[in-house]
Amino acid sequence: MSIQVCAEIKKDAVDMRDAYCSSLIRLADEDERIIALDADLMGAMGTKPFEKKYPERTVNCGIQEANMVGVACGMSAAGKVPFAHTFAPFMTRRACDQIFMSGAYAKMNVKLVGSDPGITAQLNGGTHMPFEDMGIMRLIPEMTVLEPTDVSMLEDLMPQIAAQYGMVYMRLVRKEVQQVYARGSQFTIGKAVRVREGSDATIIASGFCVAEAIRAAELLAQERIGVRILDMFTWKPLDREAILSAAAETGAIVTAENHNVINGLGAAVAEVLVRERPVPVEMVGVQDEFGEVGKLPYLAERFGLKAENIADAVRCVLKRK
Amino acid sequence: MLTKEETLELRRFAKKIQIETMKTIASIGVGHVGGSLSIAEVLAVLYGKQLRHDPKQPRWEGRDWLVVSKGHAGPAVYSTLALRGFFPMEQLLTLNSPGTMLPSHCDRNRTTGIDITTGSLGQGASSAAGVAKAFKIDGKSNNVYLILGDGEIEEGQVWEMALFAGHHKLSNLIAFVDNNHMQIDGTVESLCSMDHIAEKFAAFGWYAQCVNGHDVAAIDAAVDAAKAEPERPSVIVLDTIKGHGWSKTAGQVGSHSRNVTAEDLADALAEMQAALDELGEESK
Repeated sequence: MSIQVCAEIKKDAVDMRDAYCSSLIRLADEDERIIALDADLMGAMGTKPFEKKYPERTVNCGIQEANMVGVACGMSAAGKVPFAHTFAPFMTRRACDQIFMSGAYAKMNVKLVGSDPGITAQLNGGTHMPFEDMGIMRLIPEMTVLEPTDVSMLEDLMPQIAAQYGMVYMRLVRKEVQQVYARGSQFTIGKAVRVREGSDATIIASGFCVAEAIRAAELLAQERIGVRILDMFTWKPLDREAILSAAAETGAIVTAENHNVINGLGAAVAEVLVRERPVPVEMVGVQDEFGEVGKLPYLAERFGLKAENIADAVRCVLKRK
Repeated sequence: MLTKEETLELRRFAKKIQIETMKTIASIGVGHVGGSLSIAEVLAVLYGKQLRHDPKQPRWEGRDWLVVSKGHAGPAVYSTLALRGFFPMEQLLTLNSPGTMLPSHCDRNRTTGIDITTGSLGQGASSAAGVAKAFKIDGKSNNVYLILGDGEIEEGQVWEMALFAGHHKLSNLIAFVDNNHMQIDGTVESLCSMDHIAEKFAAFGWYAQCVNGHDVAAIDAAVDAAKAEPERPSVIVLDTIKGHGWSKTAGQVGSHSRNVTAEDLADALAEMQAALDELGEESK
């Protein structure tokens, strides 16, 4: 089966963390090198079932992210395939140098999972609300940087992540997501998904912004504006071909991300376009601000990450076309 | 316990490591002299006696691992590896030259015989613990040796690792602290006091010993005791002198990274060769 987009976008029946845990267990069933590491957030991440099934392959380090990443790198050197989790800000900010030197520079094979990306940190607030995690990871050479859109995609990517040698950073919503793809859809790391066709402009989105982009496209269709949507779930290596054909065929781009646009998806897309095919670009995302406490609807409104914001950006970019 | 002849052989090996270290650094004219010279004896004990290794099969599965977390001591490690036959001696003279396999800091992807990439202080500690934990999971008997600096253990990551290794009972992890009392900007005591190192590790659940770090027999006996410890990770605090072996650098704060001119090299080699000759005579 290739990729099938759901006719109707609604809440997925399965939470992302449960899909993560069951995928990891399936991988571990097949491959004894798989190890789960955490820094006192296994309960939050829902990985206790892994620990129950494979206690000897579970390493909950306690609250020490830097050491956890270092230990994971050492285990990788000894032949293991470690999946290490903590909240995204602590993974990418606190353990950044460990990821860089013990991991990427040393050419290790560690899978880093940072949960509660951007505004999904909700009531944990600005201290825990990473708008910079993907940008930090994107700056590290040879790092694969991913943001799975929904459960169907996560389940398909997990075996690829485990099978591909090298450092991977995956930011992951822990709880509910909107289901965009049918179960069994097959994705390729580094290849954007064409979610919708249209010729007036292209929305390049990631994470929950893909579902918002679909809603935006429906709003715009009422105005006879047709947009292509690319799900750019791989931020690195970026699908340059998909970006360039979108620019050539639709002539205007809007990016949409749950992240700072600085060194975010907007910046990544713009880096390709300014060098190879300049077209007007608008960037929906966090405009270089810190996070704050709130529930998802408030935060989406506060930081301008809703379908309406994306639709406005499309109307705006069309005027510059 | 070492015989008298084994002791002499390891002392000679240590002196040869120092001689090659000076030639290596002098080939580029500058480098980390002090902290390289201070670990010559522990390297001699490891590669001359304790560490299971095979220069012909650097990634042999049955080997013990060495993680030199104070990665700037690369020149001493490279000298040891070359003397043991991991790669040709002439490679040593390429230190830090463009495209070299021997960069300032230890790099597992460039240098035959290096197991873990180090350089950002404190990080080798966690990697070593990770390797040791992986061996425990697999029920393997390989030991993991770790060399830390006394300045390096100012890094919080080392103590995260110390908690971790104690908790996980990594008895296959044997750490050394090169307690040479100096760091870049001055003495350790003047910057961030690090007294009672052994007691600190013991409080984290480690089996801790202190020995004269320039006494190969004492180091060897401490490693034997560490290997016999059934449950706890081990630390062996090596009382050392930074820049040991050359009177111009011994105990000098400025020896961390310094120039080594042709005259310096001649001076150091004369001193070290005399010491080596003396050891040769003792054995007769």
